[in-house]
Amino acid sequence: MRALGLEVLFKGKNLARLLGGLWVAMKISLISVGLSLPLGLLLGALMTRKNPVCRAVLRCYLEFVRVMPQMVLLFLVFFGSAGIFGWNISGELSAVIVFTLWGTAEMSDLVRGALVSIPAHQYESAAALGLGRAQTYRYVVLPQAVRRLIPLSINLITRMIKTTSLVLMIGVVEVLKVAQQIIESNRMSSPNAAFGIYLTVFMLYFLVCWPISLLAKRLEKRWG
Amino acid sequence: MKKARILVAVLLALALGGCGGKTADGGAGYRTLDEIKKSGTINIGVFSDKNPFGYVDENGEYQGYDVYFARRIAEDLGVKVNFVSTEAANRIAYLQTGKVDLILANFTVTPERAEEVDFALPYMNVALGVVSPDGHVIESLDNWNADEQMIVISGTTAETYLIKNYPDIPLQKYDAYATAKNALENGNGVAWANDNTEVIAFALQNPGYTVGIPSLGSQDTIAPAVTKGNTTLLEWLNEEIRTLGDEQFFHADYEATLVDTYGLDYEDSLVVEGGQVK
Repeated sequence: MRALGLEVLFKGKNLARLLGGLWVAMKISLISVGLSLPLGLLLGALMTRKNPVCRAVLRCYLEFVRVMPQMVLLFLVFFGSAGIFGWNISGELSAVIVFTLWGTAEMSDLVRGALVSIPAHQYESAAALGLGRAQTYRYVVLPQAVRRLIPLSINLITRMIKTTSLVLMIGVVEVLKVAQQIIESNRMSSPNAAFGIYLTVFMLYFLVCWPISLLAKRLEKRWG
Repeated sequence: MKKARILVAVLLALALGGCGGKTADGGAGYRTLDEIKKSGTINIGVFSDKNPFGYVDENGEYQGYDVYFARRIAEDLGVKVNFVSTEAANRIAYLQTGKVDLILANFTVTPERAEEVDFALPYMNVALGVVSPDGHVIESLDNWNADEQMIVISGTTAETYLIKNYPDIPLQKYDAYATAKNALENGNGVAWANDNTEVIAFALQNPGYTVGIPSLGSQDTIAPAVTKGNTTLLEWLNEEIRTLGDEQFFHADYEATLVDTYGLDYEDSLVVEGGQVK
């Protein structure tokens, strides 16, 4: 216990604060994931359309969000919006906006990839059966594409959860920031606390991401 | 990381450049003293992980030298205080966008920063210091014995200062606090130069070491900062700091928050009372 400085976890409300910080990170990532998945599906489907304007616009959006480091996007939304438009957006809301924009972009590209990987004969067979455009997507293409999407989107979701640690730069106190606060406020009394506290943070992230991986495995098996 | 930072700087410069002429309108810009009083809350940016200046204790309460002062400001303004957790890298952006009214985050006054924000009167001193073992206390940097080496951490103001002003002193450079500490303990160098707050805290925690030179180089100060042009708040703060000098407020602040780390001996050299640097 002493070597890892774990005793500071049980001082005052420290453990509750750490879990509270985890909840802040989870809230931001869950809302963003919840918005990104359907929006990504929609945009991904639109990206497979032949319309060149539509494709060009989506392509620009995707590339812009993808090449821009998330930290820059966070600063742009949080500080930039205040500077340019005078909007006072809270740190949490800025984080949700950025993570949704990013998640949607990444997701749409995954969806596009999954959709184009469905062989042309599937579309042709559906047409031969007399299915309309919407029906083809609903009954033939999407069920197959979604199966291919699962491992890829799980990867994206866990990445989004872990990247929430950046929001401490815009004043949101999430699990990693709470961890740093605990370590620093005990700098003199428990100099080793960094090991124990970061180990705890590692375990917390693991406990959150592991069930998502398990769920994905089960879904893959069931649908595979 | 470095690229990202440059990108942020460029984009922010573009974004903020657009609002140069804007006056206080609640959103961007800044809030005047009256607007803060009317809203009933002042937003103050502090560190949440820099013990003992600004940190959060085990009950989730903000504490520290800066925080003690922040609470007093809110009390004297008759408003509630909303603490915002800031990082060293985003303190200026917070002020420029009006996301906080005031920064009290161990903010050292420099000419570069003074072009971006307005500093009020100082409330603390910072300088460099040199710590050495009790058996061979270094009290002066003149007539340095060329066989002896000085320990510094790369990239600190101590390194820059020594290279510039004492080019004859051989330096032994380390990347991290922990390795520099080991080097001093193992006798690899005769002394260690760093921020004076750091070396003072080190000597107090590690018996057998003395701070032979507690104040070296240019005296820098720590001061509150407000958004550039927010004169009503700035003037109120300056008046507040002068008034607080009468009751020796910052000495009380030191004794409440810093004494455990720095001891009573350094109270007068670290504290600036009434905005008057001695």
